[in-house]
Amino acid sequence: MVIVSNETFQPWQVLADYERERVGLGGQYGATAVFVGTMRSLNQGHTVEAMTLEHYPGMTEKYLARVCEEAAGKWEVMDCFVRHRYGRILPDESIVLIATWSQHRKQALAACQYIIDELKIRAPFWKQEVTDRGHSWVSPE
Amino acid sequence: MSIRVRYFASIRELLGRDEDVLDAASEMTVTEVWQQAAQCEAPANTLVAVNEEFSHWKQAIDDGDEVAFFPPVTGG
Repeated sequence: MVIVSNETFQPWQVLADYERERVGLGGQYGATAVFVGTMRSLNQGHTVEAMTLEHYPGMTEKYLARVCEEAAGKWEVMDCFVRHRYGRILPDESIVLIATWSQHRKQALAACQYIIDELKIRAPFWKQEVTDRGHSWVSPE
Repeated sequence: MSIRVRYFASIRELLGRDEDVLDAASEMTVTEVWQQAAQCEAPANTLVAVNEEFSHWKQAIDDGDEVAFFPPVTGG
């Protein structure tokens, strides 16, 4: 499942709700890998007061779903979940939650890493930080 | 033919608008779409999408296509 929303979210609550509401996988998976990206208040030595995440609606969801499908094709994962914010974000708020479920740890961890790594270079999001020096677009890592 | 041209992030700020609609008499490439719509030089690292798929500057554009220009992505 892929969710792109401007609403704040608590990753661990979202994960618990998703696992509780999902049907059919109970007892089948032995590994869950989770990645949570959180907004920092410091970047390259400057205080970051807030951040605006812009995205390309439609293309964003399409590429996130595709990356999840690719991960499921490369490793034996039973399910993938991605939730990503857009809009105005404050320090300590979650930006992205990724979770993968599989029988064994290696598959779950590899799939989770693949999804965040590919998201970083293919999902059309752009961060603009508000720092003590004004607004600036974040450069790719 | 009609082409929707969209701009995101620093490209949107550079041009001062988030989209244009082009009426073109003949087939165009992505490069020609940029030249006609933006009327300035594209920043060196500008990326292109056609109909929500990453594409390239030589891609031919059809009637009704959506072409988007944006900087390298920084999500996650």
